[in-house]
Amino acid sequence: MSLLKSVFISSIGKKILMATTGLLLCLFLVIHLIGNLILFSGPDAFNLYVETLSRVKPIVRAIEIILSLIFLIHIFFGSKLTLENRSATPQKYNINSAGENSSFFSRNMFIGGSILFIFLITHLSTFWYIFQNQHDEGNFYNIVMGNAVGFGNPIITTLYCIAMILLGFHLRHGFQSAFQTFGLRYNKYSGLIETVAMLFWLIIPLGFLSIAVWFGIVGGGY
Amino acid sequence: MRVTLKIWRQKEADSPGFFERHPVEKVSEDMSFFEMLDMLNDQLVLAGKTPIAFDHDCREGICGTCGLFINGRAHGPLTGITTCQLHMRSFKDGETIVVEPWRAKAFPVIKDLIVDRISFDRIMEAGGYVSINTGGTPDANEIPIPKANADEAMDAAACIGCGACVATCKNSSAMLFVSAKVSQLALLPQGQPEREIRVSNMVTQMDKEGFGSCTNTGACEVECPKEISIIHIARLNREFIKSSF
Repeated sequence: MSLLKSVFISSIGKKILMATTGLLLCLFLVIHLIGNLILFSGPDAFNLYVETLSRVKPIVRAIEIILSLIFLIHIFFGSKLTLENRSATPQKYNINSAGENSSFFSRNMFIGGSILFIFLITHLSTFWYIFQNQHDEGNFYNIVMGNAVGFGNPIITTLYCIAMILLGFHLRHGFQSAFQTFGLRYNKYSGLIETVAMLFWLIIPLGFLSIAVWFGIVGGGY
Repeated sequence: MRVTLKIWRQKEADSPGFFERHPVEKVSEDMSFFEMLDMLNDQLVLAGKTPIAFDHDCREGICGTCGLFINGRAHGPLTGITTCQLHMRSFKDGETIVVEPWRAKAFPVIKDLIVDRISFDRIMEAGGYVSINTGGTPDANEIPIPKANADEAMDAAACIGCGACVATCKNSSAMLFVSAKVSQLALLPQGQPEREIRVSNMVTQMDKEGFGSCTNTGACEVECPKEISIIHIARLNREFIKSSF
């Protein structure tokens, strides 16, 4: 089978696309989290971080375009595979005790992913959009902490926390699933992969959660 | 004991199916599930009704012919067994047992609880064999095979093609079946000459038959009567990637 046909036509190929884009998105999450954790160092450090990024705008824009493409591929093929899989099971069982052989989140990645997509759109239309139109360089920290779109707003904080918990479950299945798709799961390494996977699905959402909880609920900050 | 069966009836492939309720009295807990169905069918025949059609052959868990979806589980509530190895002691007195055929687009119902699994045969025809005459039995150790490989190939070769993996998969994916067949030959010297073309052709045929794709829920390895691990699916993916370059 030719490489192009393998990747875009075959069922395994489409899954490889999901796994590749999924892992790249995980990489993005790590970078995003590291940036966000600067909030703990106070307004000056965070504002400086955002300003520094503004100074290299062309590079940031290029990365944003690549990132959008990765997201689009992940969402498009995720939806396509879901539709194909639905058509492979036209008649459902009257009783299906799926809970006894698989986890809830592994069976509902599309629904979980769709909710995360709504979060993503909301997240972009608030933080990202406002940051683009913010010209007062000392104000970024205040936006994050503010009542409008930031952690000063209890509704935003609550929804953010829920989204991060969902993200954790999405990554819990997705991260190690990517290794299975690449065929990199061997008996002798499966323990290692599960450990690394746990670092991802637990530590990354916990990192984002810690920010929301500290600034939004505990009331920490400067 | 006494059980009530809520059982799928369907006259033929194109006719609409429906659930029928049958109370079954005087069931011994030592009866196999099929003996209980046989008893019910005898009663149906005596009453001048059509007996319930279900697939079975060896009734000792090795042929892969039987397969019922019982109370929401492929081959019933236990793991590591086929439907013929299920006994009535796994159910409670007075219980209502829901019995359905395998559900998948690639496994259309022929009648009642019997489904057509010829799609598996077509996948096998696409490459699930070694197309050379291997001759007589060679001397032991003439072809050295590492013990670990032999063991893993044997584990994969345990697949009886019953279709429980497809039946239980939320996507009706046949990946566990195909992976067992690919894995078995990829691990042994005899499978090497056709290693790449085999995986490519079998996956192409699998997709053509209308099976879904694998989302790694792991339900198949739980329900597989031969307890084949999804580690073989990882190998299938690996073999497929290698064959694409």
